Amino acid sequence: MLTFLLNGEIVQTRVSGTETLLDFLRERMGLTGTKEGCNEGDCGACSVIVTGPEGTAEAMNACILFMPQLQGRAVRTVEGIAGPDGTLHPVQEAMVTHHGSQCGFCTPGFIASMAAAHTNGATDHEDQLAGNLCRCTGYAPIIRAAEAAESAPVPAWMTDDISMLADLPSDFAMPDSSDALAAWYADHPDGTLIGGATDVGLWVTKQLRELEDVAFLSGCTDLKQIEVSEAEIRIGAACTISQVLDAMRTPHPSFAEMLRRYGSVQVRNAATIGGNIANGSPIGDSPPALISLGAALHLRQGDTRRQMPIEDFFIEYGKQDRKPGEFVEAMTIPRQPDTLRCYKLSKRFDQDISAVCGCFNVVVADGKVTSVRIAFGGMAGTPKRATHVEDALTSQSWTQETIDRAVQEFAKDYTPMSDMRASAEYRLKSAEAMLHRLYAESIGTATNVLEVQP
Amino acid sequence: MSVHTSRPHDSGTLHVTGAARYTDDILTPANTLHLAFGLSAIAKGRIDKIDLGAVEGAEGVAAVLTARDLPFENDVSPSIHDEPLLSTGAIHYLGQPIFIVVATSHLAARKAARLGEITYKEETPILTIDEAMAADSRFEDGPRIYAKGDIEAALNDAPHRLSGSMEIGGQEHFYLEGHAALALPQDGGEMVVHASTQHPTEIQHKVADALGTPMNAVRVEVRRMGGGFGGKESQGNALCVACAVAAKLTGWPCKMRYDRDDDMIITGKRHDFRIDYDVGFDETGKLVGVDFIQYAKCGWAQDLSLPVADRAMLHSDNAYLLDHARITSHRLKTNTQSNTAFRGFGGPQGVLGIERVMDHVAHHLGLDPLKVRRVNFYPSAARISGNTKPTTPYGMEVTDSILTEMADALETSSDYHARRAAVTEWNAQNPILKKGIALTPVKFGISFTLTHLNQAGALVHVYQDGSIHLNHGGTEMGQGLFTKVAQVAASVFGVSPDTVQITATDTGKVPNTSATAASSGTDLNGMAVKAACETICDRIAAHLGGEVTFANGKVITPTRELTFVEAVKDAYENRISLSATGFYATPDVAWDRIKGQGRPFFYFAYGMAVTEVVIDTLTGENRILRADILHDCGASLNPDLDIGQIEGGYVQGAGWLTTEELVWDSKGALKTHAPATYKIPCASDRPDIFNVSLWDGENPAQTIYRSKAVGEPPLMLGISALMALSDAIASCGYTYPALDAPATAERVLAAVTKIKT
Repeated sequence: MLTFLLNGEIVQTRVSGTETLLDFLRERMGLTGTKEGCNEGDCGACSVIVTGPEGTAEAMNACILFMPQLQGRAVRTVEGIAGPDGTLHPVQEAMVTHHGSQCGFCTPGFIASMAAAHTNGATDHEDQLAGNLCRCTGYAPIIRAAEAAESAPVPAWMTDDISMLADLPSDFAMPDSSDALAAWYADHPDGTLIGGATDVGLWVTKQLRELEDVAFLSGCTDLKQIEVSEAEIRIGAACTISQVLDAMRTPHPSFAEMLRRYGSVQVRNAATIGGNIANGSPIGDSPPALISLGAALHLRQGDTRRQMPIEDFFIEYGKQDRKPGEFVEAMTIPRQPDTLRCYKLSKRFDQDISAVCGCFNVVVADGKVTSVRIAFGGMAGTPKRATHVEDALTSQSWTQETIDRAVQEFAKDYTPMSDMRASAEYRLKSAEAMLHRLYAESIGTATNVLEVQP
Repeated sequence: MSVHTSRPHDSGTLHVTGAARYTDDILTPANTLHLAFGLSAIAKGRIDKIDLGAVEGAEGVAAVLTARDLPFENDVSPSIHDEPLLSTGAIHYLGQPIFIVVATSHLAARKAARLGEITYKEETPILTIDEAMAADSRFEDGPRIYAKGDIEAALNDAPHRLSGSMEIGGQEHFYLEGHAALALPQDGGEMVVHASTQHPTEIQHKVADALGTPMNAVRVEVRRMGGGFGGKESQGNALCVACAVAAKLTGWPCKMRYDRDDDMIITGKRHDFRIDYDVGFDETGKLVGVDFIQYAKCGWAQDLSLPVADRAMLHSDNAYLLDHARITSHRLKTNTQSNTAFRGFGGPQGVLGIERVMDHVAHHLGLDPLKVRRVNFYPSAARISGNTKPTTPYGMEVTDSILTEMADALETSSDYHARRAAVTEWNAQNPILKKGIALTPVKFGISFTLTHLNQAGALVHVYQDGSIHLNHGGTEMGQGLFTKVAQVAASVFGVSPDTVQITATDTGKVPNTSATAASSGTDLNGMAVKAACETICDRIAAHLGGEVTFANGKVITPTRELTFVEAVKDAYENRISLSATGFYATPDVAWDRIKGQGRPFFYFAYGMAVTEVVIDTLTGENRILRADILHDCGASLNPDLDIGQIEGGYVQGAGWLTTEELVWDSKGALKTHAPATYKIPCASDRPDIFNVSLWDGENPAQTIYRSKAVGEPPLMLGISALMALSDAIASCGYTYPALDAPATAERVLAAVTKIKT
């Protein structure tokens, strides 16, 4: 049995572990306002608002949310964003007045994202709506509508009280702690762990795979903590990218800025940092940054724990140093003065998978490089350090000449491939370009097109 | 009058509450079955063995259909019967439908569709323009050639001469609503089809052929689409025919929607082009002659490729008077998706060709490209003297140009010259980032080039309570057609548009409709509706007697003043018919596409845009900073909706030329088949400053309330973004950037690198 709030009403239902919220809404509840645009979390037409125990209204993609993830939570779809008497929500009113809909198919998703942002008082509209694609309007009227609705009060009906749903039983493996997860995984070493389902969701919606044993991590509150001590920042594996982004704003703002471009609000609200590492993708964006920061990965199997430098986890494409039944429990970043620079290169700035993601942690003292850690995604079968480039920089003078020499070493570190995102040649050239950019930035030259004002 | 005023989209409130129903949202009868196609895994060859046992045995499967199971026509082509719904053995592209799964759910059908065991005798596919030219793989016997003047002599005698070539990528429509259809079997073998289509009559026609019935046994209904952009002009035929045939064979309602990846793998896109040019010009940049060779990658079936390629030729002059011109067009057949209509319908590629020429000529002469564009503009009406009118390369007189006036106004409002100077100054100070700016115009011909399509019908009912119900042949895909047409009806009756109800487009109400395409929706259907409304007004007026005026909800005769409701009630009680059809056929168009001579267009719509961009010369990353647009909608029927078309068209055009890249592998598999890999613009890609104004004027041609069509022309305003990128790159060196499209960061960097060395 699964229990959650849907547009303010309690729903108790039986579902399969991999039934998506979108299919449930459309096919079982007749709530067809929420649309399927891509069925992979990239267009936002299926956006809904999910409120969890933390009480924050979060936009998420219903197409890759599995029903058990909603246990004890509240879901608000476009049908529940207008008031019970039909009164339009301020963002709905503004979207009509400002001609924010043309074909209208993306509109319910926009409304969900806009209403979530409005509830949270967020006014960085481009970021809030980066996960919602519109092919008709060119976005200008939508942003105008979002701005126009900013100062309107949040309607009372938008508040979802889920206190009555606490501690209700569920049919699904939903461990409530790292210990419980470790026990379940020891019993089901071939099972699948589902954090945010932003990757596993596609196994189901696109690869049409059947998943046998699944465990949902959303109840593991101890894995969702970020602890900052004198020595390190410890991030639990089930922390969402949104949580990590917030935590990185002060210590490592360039990492935070890169995470701002990681997926979309909807994806960042669901996706976990542990998932981004454990799936071993060569183009995951967090590993290069964590490697450059010298982070350690903490693994757990039953009651056995071990840790390793995060780069050692990635053995080769599709193969990680993880035993059956072993899971990522946390990562720790040593506290350090911030010298991290992250450069994410993709066809589109927002909500695009990196062609190349380069992270540089270069410490220069008295004109000499005293410490250097450089790691890239998209350049090899795994996230990987640029050891030859690092060697060419270590102890050298921080000058253009040193950079010119060092960039030639990239070809020794990486033999990238060509695909639909970029050619091998461009990948290598842009890796070199990123080191040039790092130096140019360090001497005060403008290098970021995103910072140029018209 | 309710025209010439802004009103929100008629479905606005339904959109924002999720209450607007699209095809997949229609409530279905119990036991509705769901379809999915099994697709080919190779691009060219023949099916060797096919074993569908596992498909038939899969959970929830009710039936599996192959070409042999189709009772009548196995064809979904909108043109020359060269597009089988299901392969009869030959494979023409990777993703071609081979069999249909009919199952109890969408998911069951999709799962089963992957279980087909098919082996092939593979052949080497033709995937590129070069491969097609080498194999002489083409539609039509040879290239089409349109010409004006003596191009050879003009080029030989020209003071300056340049040649070049440009690659122009295709574009995926990425309508947010994928294709969908629902077929409901009726009495006596009749069929009702709900579809997400721009062309209900074509669906009716293809379904009737597939069912072996006359067209009167099929009724097609379309309330709205979640975007079309040309991608739903012919590409919905396959789903509708599949559903109708399966419904006939099983007796159950049948429904199909493409998963996004299937939609992108199966359906055609904007044609990729290569355009070669050889141009002669004088020291002011005035062209004396230009010779274009256009290569259009059409894909495996003809579909609409001939008129698309024709329109590319017809727009190869864009805004410029050419005394000597030749356009040669190769329509190449390749083993890829069958490219199709897409907003602009070939026009954008043709326009881009000559805008590249203008940019190249200006660079060669060291002139501001705007100067070169200006000296080549078609002269304004006031400056045409004598009997010799300026003509296009296809012999149509251009007498309505407002290009110079618009450029004057936009130069001032966008502060073009000061900003160009500021860009130069900025570039001198910034070694890594470079800015660029460009102004490009568009002149777009309005009418279907297949002349007989320029017709429309309408059906208007006035009920006895004074409420008005209307239908017309156009389809609503977000452009606001229904809103504008309701404004037309309300204007004629002198009532509020709120009293006008437009319901789903329905082939049973208005027959023989043309596709809602070619920007023609309002021009054609607005006129047909006006005619129908006027018929009813005339009847009421004749009944009331004397000179009768319909205005402000009143009907005023020489002797009395009634409310519209009273007048209608009075007419009804006196047995006056309050229902009428209306019809419109565009006057004055006549066109010979083989000779390339005539008047294909009723009039031209104009517009222009100034775009400023910045590039990173280290990585090629780039973005649009500002766009200023001045666009001509004649006397706009609904200014806010027209501005919406312009803003959206600009961003879609800029997307086509920057981030939207289609990539096929060497086997012919499309690798960019989902939004994860195919990147349309998102919110932050729109210009930071985005100023859009409407030109204050009215259409000299007698269109609906002197408005102009607005669907397609603004897409080409996005070309200014590509030319601004070229300008930014040019600041890095001395040779011409020759930037191809789409200008991804990778291509921008390649151009920067090339001109620096």
